[in-house]
Amino acid sequence: MAPPLPTNQAQVNTPISASDQVVVFESVSIRFNGPPVLQDVSFQIGPAETRILLGPAGVGKSVLLKLANGLLRPDSGRIFLFGQEITHMHEEALLQLRMRTGMVFQESALFDSLTVRDNVGYQLVERNLPEEEVSRRVREALQFVELGHTYDLLPASLSGGMRRRVAIARAIIDQPAFLLYDSPTGGLDPVTSHTINELVVKERDVYATPALLVTHRLQDAFTMATHHYDSEQGKMVQLPDGQIDPKTTFLVLHEGRIIFDGSTEALLASEDPFLKEFLA
Amino acid sequence: MQLTLDQLESIAKRQLLAVQEYYLFCWQSVANLFRAPHYIADILTQADLIGVGSLPIVVLTGFFTGGVLALQSAASLAQFGAQAYTGRFVSLSMIRELAPVLTGLMVSGRNASGMASELGSMVVTEQIDAMRALGTDPMKKLVTPRMLSTVVMLFLLTIVADTVGTAGGAFVSVFISGQNGTQYFTSAYQALVWADIAQGLTKPLFFGFLIATVGCYFGMKTTGGTQGVGRATTEAVVVSSVLIIFSDFILSRAMLWLFSGI
Repeated sequence: MAPPLPTNQAQVNTPISASDQVVVFESVSIRFNGPPVLQDVSFQIGPAETRILLGPAGVGKSVLLKLANGLLRPDSGRIFLFGQEITHMHEEALLQLRMRTGMVFQESALFDSLTVRDNVGYQLVERNLPEEEVSRRVREALQFVELGHTYDLLPASLSGGMRRRVAIARAIIDQPAFLLYDSPTGGLDPVTSHTINELVVKERDVYATPALLVTHRLQDAFTMATHHYDSEQGKMVQLPDGQIDPKTTFLVLHEGRIIFDGSTEALLASEDPFLKEFLA
Repeated sequence: MQLTLDQLESIAKRQLLAVQEYYLFCWQSVANLFRAPHYIADILTQADLIGVGSLPIVVLTGFFTGGVLALQSAASLAQFGAQAYTGRFVSLSMIRELAPVLTGLMVSGRNASGMASELGSMVVTEQIDAMRALGTDPMKKLVTPRMLSTVVMLFLLTIVADTVGTAGGAFVSVFISGQNGTQYFTSAYQALVWADIAQGLTKPLFFGFLIATVGCYFGMKTTGGTQGVGRATTEAVVVSSVLIIFSDFILSRAMLWLFSGI
């Protein structure tokens, strides 16, 4: 059985030490010409930890994700990334910091005028690495997502699921220290969703990359919490004896606030009326 | 009444904010010229798209504008027995005024719209955010190369328009109005002074900057999905065209004062 996980309350009471954590949010709020999108949001992501952010559509999950790597700036509160405060960090410095992160966007956000090779190897090309090295690493990344044959294709000729996998390859090619997934399975069929979930779990278990994953699909979230990647079998398998991955924990966002921050067991045992209805 | 005043205040603030944002946008696009990395390949690609791509419309516009100038002026000048001055009239009009403005308007219609729609599409499909997430500054990668290429290529396109416009005037003068070709070119050449060339070739530098920065600004500020892209494209063409005409007036006035003391 997996070791007991910290509860919601225990995590809230843990003193925040920005330098130990990959990401720290401290009372973050943001609004866009209307009511607040996020209010007083605080949480943290530790090393090798995967946090799944749940919540109904339109609740501000993607906004929170973009705040985490400085693509948006909060109106108030503080955000730390790799121990550095990014709340008011200059864009030039942020660009350097973001090179240590990988992000998978909701609609993939592949550059439509570039081939799969140039999309996946974009960061490496920008750093002026030799062509041979770029090609080799692109092939490795595409191999990881099992899309080696798409090397010379344009994004327009790929299916939605393939585009999502190419986006994952682009995010992981430079072995990032932190991964952000924005609804990686959104709008995909169950079979393709399973493939994407497997890739996320593979990245988590093979490279132990800390991640923040946004989804509104409970099934995907619980699959990640209850499965692990078996390198010998080369596929994702369920943890034995009903175990739950201790490094995969949950955040639930509702009406702009974090209403839950804790383990899978604590989430399932919660008596909160909204959570009960949401999980039903 | 109170509501109307509030609305006016809100509109005024929005406009002022847009001007401030545009000013900062322009400043950043220029400052990036002196900051690494420099995207030479992107600059050359844009120069090809903007310069070579616009060549056919600039040649056609220049030729027929020169031709129509010769046609109209020859008829008027003939009344005073001054038809021999057609070349002078055409070359001065083309080089000082019409070639820079018409080339600017043509390139604006073709490229400001192109930049706004391309960058706008990238914004609404999160490609700009993806670029930032991958550690690339979109201002350096997308805006500065477009700005530099447009300034350089509009300068060169204006020289092409000057040449082709004068040639168009010669074609009409010789083959339609029955004038002497040598007389036309001698008149056209003798009328020109350094100040005319300087005036005509300073303007495209400003127009090119306006076209690129306005096109890119509206593209990068796009909101509201595909409808927003369409709106940004239209606004980019309208604003850049109006700014070209307006700045032409200001520049003409400044050049006249500078070169002729008028």
